[in-house]
Amino acid sequence: MIACDAYGYCAELLPEIVELDEWGYPIVGGEVTAELLADARRAAEACPMLALRLQRARPVRAARELKLV
Amino acid sequence: MRAFAYSPALERDRLLAPGRGRGYGSHLATYGSLPRIAKRDGRLLAEIEQSGLTGRGGAGFPTVTKLYSVAKESRAAVVANGTEGEPASDKDKVLLACNPHLVLDGLAVAGRLVGARTTTIAVGCAATAAVSGVEAAIEERPSAERPRLVLVPDRFVAGEESALVSAVDGGAAEPTGRRPYRSGVLVQNVETLAHLALVARRGAEWFRQAGTQAEPGTALASVRGAVASPGVVEFALGATLGELFERCGGLSEPVDAVLIGGYFGKWLRADAELVLTEESLRARGGALGARVIVALPRASCGIVEVARVARYMAGESAGQCGPCVFGLSALADELDALATGRLGATAERIAKLEAQIARRGACAHPDGTLGFVTSGLELFSDEVELHRRGTCSATSHAHVLPADGSKVIA
Repeated sequence: MIACDAYGYCAELLPEIVELDEWGYPIVGGEVTAELLADARRAAEACPMLALRLQRARPVRAARELKLV
Repeated sequence: MRAFAYSPALERDRLLAPGRGRGYGSHLATYGSLPRIAKRDGRLLAEIEQSGLTGRGGAGFPTVTKLYSVAKESRAAVVANGTEGEPASDKDKVLLACNPHLVLDGLAVAGRLVGARTTTIAVGCAATAAVSGVEAAIEERPSAERPRLVLVPDRFVAGEESALVSAVDGGAAEPTGRRPYRSGVLVQNVETLAHLALVARRGAEWFRQAGTQAEPGTALASVRGAVASPGVVEFALGATLGELFERCGGLSEPVDAVLIGGYFGKWLRADAELVLTEESLRARGGALGARVIVALPRASCGIVEVARVARYMAGESAGQCGPCVFGLSALADELDALATGRLGATAERIAKLEAQIARRGACAHPDGTLGFVTSGLELFSDEVELHRRGTCSATSHAHVLPADGSKVIA
């Protein structure tokens, strides 16, 4: 089950990576670069449903990714 | 290597063996009693590995891999999955109604092999003949090996592993996204368990006498549509589509398209030479799945069938993931428009919806449905063009696929 309820805050805070589909649910794509890290953290924290998680990308590198859960 | 061995003499001898009755006495007379099985019996596990038995619920996962994985857990449980929420599939209901003891044997075997504390059998509540068959069979068995019977809601998603475990634990029959075997719960389709009961009695070599080297054994199929006697038949994997239809009395009218694998399956061009194995179907972009095989009469409209099933599947969404809820329903709207020749349904719009649905659900429901729809639109592309121009080549308006929410009970 995806906890997301289409609040859309993530797309407001991180438009570089998050785009919304026509029903308002996020399509998350792209690497969280060093410049975007602070915004990505903010987007994950802002989610009222706790549906967005910032995690290390696999294979393990410095890169991080946003994951919708 | 034996390729595509098909033995009519063997195929009738297994799950749907003639002469066996529903009672425990006649069951034992037909199949013999189960051998003694030690807890986590290494020899039998090796035998099952050699048999090459795979899950018969649709995913085709090697049975022994799940058994080994769950046997490692200290608190193991087994759930026999007899929910069969797919309306076009009847094989599990028929098996449970006609041969419940073989399934219960398999459940007991699986329970021993993983050292289970509990065994449970789950059946869809609307499958009355299956429920009464299982209830009567449980009563007849020695009290030490009576599993719990749980009735689950008659919904498409209720049979998904994590949804089933949730329902068995008293929760909602909705997918949770968890993998039950990781927490010690072995979920096996009831047909898989029936095969397991026979491997335990007769061994791997016997099991491999039917089927192909890579995909051994027999399997049950639910055959519908333009055949003389639709119903559930047992066939050796590697048989051809033509042979399967012959088992059902042959085609009753001309057929150009078949649905293989049910509502998560694919539409393929009808070909009597098509070999019924996962390997052969994969090469054609399809899958055998839970072996729902529907011969679409030439007189019927494929677009109408695709649209009806898409609407049904949208309604069967568990309602947990936005892209599944909104996407499937929007897709069903477009397909309705296309089926009824209303303007507005464009290839671009459908493609855009597909892109917004694909790989965005927590379970297989949206992607499975999408595969069904896209394979249909591709196979029926000529008919799609006719519909765009406001016409249809069909001469019959009888519905072929059950999709109105009321399940057909065998």
